Amino acid sequence: MKNFKPPIVEIKNLTKTYRRGVQVIPVLEEITLDIADGEFLALMGPSGSGKSTLLNIIAGIDKADSGMVTVGGVDISALSEAELAQWRAINVGFIFQFYNLIPVLTAFENVELPLLLTTLSRKERQAHVETALSIVSLLDRVDHYPSQLSGGQQQRVAIARAVVTDPTIIVADEPTGDLDRVSAGDVLGLMARLNREFGKTIIMVTHDPRAAEKAHVIRQLEKGILNNVHS
Amino acid sequence: MFILKLLARNAFRHKLRSILTVIGVAIAVLAFGLLRTLVGLWYLGVESSNASRLVTRNAISIIFTLPISYKDRIRQVPGVKIVSYGNWFGGIYIDEKNFFPNFAVDPKNYLELYPEFVLPPDQKKAVILDRKAAVIGRKLADRFKWKIGDLVTLKGTIFPGQWEFVVRGIYRGAQKNTDETQFFFHWDYLNETLKKTVPRRADQAGFYMIGLTNPDSAADVSVAIDRMFKNSLAETLTETERAFQMSFVSMTEAIVIAIQIVSYVVIIIIMVVAANTMAMTARERIAEYATLKTLGFGARHIAGIVFGESLVISLAGGVVGVIFTFPAALWIETELSQFFPVFNVSSLTVYLDLLAAAVVGTVAAIFPTWRGATIPIAEGLRRIG
Repeated sequence: MKNFKPPIVEIKNLTKTYRRGVQVIPVLEEITLDIADGEFLALMGPSGSGKSTLLNIIAGIDKADSGMVTVGGVDISALSEAELAQWRAINVGFIFQFYNLIPVLTAFENVELPLLLTTLSRKERQAHVETALSIVSLLDRVDHYPSQLSGGQQQRVAIARAVVTDPTIIVADEPTGDLDRVSAGDVLGLMARLNREFGKTIIMVTHDPRAAEKAHVIRQLEKGILNNVHS
Repeated sequence: MFILKLLARNAFRHKLRSILTVIGVAIAVLAFGLLRTLVGLWYLGVESSNASRLVTRNAISIIFTLPISYKDRIRQVPGVKIVSYGNWFGGIYIDEKNFFPNFAVDPKNYLELYPEFVLPPDQKKAVILDRKAAVIGRKLADRFKWKIGDLVTLKGTIFPGQWEFVVRGIYRGAQKNTDETQFFFHWDYLNETLKKTVPRRADQAGFYMIGLTNPDSAADVSVAIDRMFKNSLAETLTETERAFQMSFVSMTEAIVIAIQIVSYVVIIIIMVVAANTMAMTARERIAEYATLKTLGFGARHIAGIVFGESLVISLAGGVVGVIFTFPAALWIETELSQFFPVFNVSSLTVYLDLLAAAVVGTVAAIFPTWRGATIPIAEGLRRIG
């Protein structure tokens, strides 16, 4: 009998448009999508298809024009900016294409950043950061600044930062887009491990079919319309 | 603590740019501080004036004199404790560039009336006994390396001739802002010479200095003195020493206002430069601010980071500027003592310097803060790569 997992992300009739002067450009049209808890989903599609916009809406950093987005039972489309910021800090881990580390902070401090918004003590924060860095095998690089790390290492620090708060979902926007093949393989292996061993729900936007292969489910977006399902 | 660390590291992330901005703010604060001190110097005479002293001069103008016979009559006015008198001498030592103020006074009463000119008793005695004696300020003595017993010749401009004096006293200022560049000598020496050379100019005083028994009686005494000489050939105008000094300041008020405007313009210029630097910095860091917002940091955190960085840079410049203001003021006081006998930087000026630096930092951060705090995250994240 197949195990039923309730969706952690529920999207219903989501629509998003951009305005350029008087012109209205549809980006997402009537998107309906469920993502199960513990799923590793890849969103693919050509440039301009709306996949990053959809990811941003799911992560609470952009707003839809209409429709409903529920993550972990919370209707995030109804939250204010301040509430969304608080919600993101607890529920979402972000992995960006260009790592987005703060250059003047060490690997340790970069990973510690999201924890500064929690009530954890300094000692507790240190324990969390060390755990996160040990998961990405960078405990020996805690005092290194981003400029002293390779691209792959920087992305691993970014992954440690994404998981350090133990978020509900992890969103990744082209996480291997700026990496060489070997580093990309390492990062994808790490993400697969996070999903497999720690049960993390991952939503990844990618152009790279090899990256998408790591996902359980691949959804294609084309001109703002969600097409097929590959499992 | 973490935020402070982030501020400090961010502030000097682009070392050259930050250092140049700090130097710019420091120079502006230094200029502001020196110009403020210069304005303060304008009012030095007013500030150091004494409430229990009056000045009587010719009602028409200070350039007209008063008969010396007025002395005894003024002395009889109730409330008057002591009367001294003098003339602006306007002598030149060797060359005009060696300017210093020099007066013919009645030394005994004058020194009593001005306790801020501190003279050792033996020197005071020597000054009173010698008709050719001169009392000079410590800074003036240092400037020309004059010492007790030296012979000094001044070329008269208002009172033509070569005038010889013997340095018999060197005074020190009782207060930090006492002018120590003045030169006093016996009015009698001037008067006796005039009696022989230009008799019609003899027995005339340029001004009377009056000491009061009670400062509260200043208005009554002034009125009484002026009434006494009403309808005479030389009517008087008596006012407090403060008002007398203010009348000199008001003659040059336009210069003071111009200096004040320049001091504010300097601050406004550096404000624009600092604002440009901060705008540039914020523009470069938009993606970082967006990342921080993505992680859950709010607009007030971003505002704190931008404001904090701007304040760190501008206050660093302010502190450097204040530190350099003191040696600069000392240099001006030493090298340009003929123009600036006292050039003390007051604690108020230091506070204003730091306030100006804080204002520069705050104003410079307004637009970048607004930009960083309000930019949509998705738009900010697109600025990377």
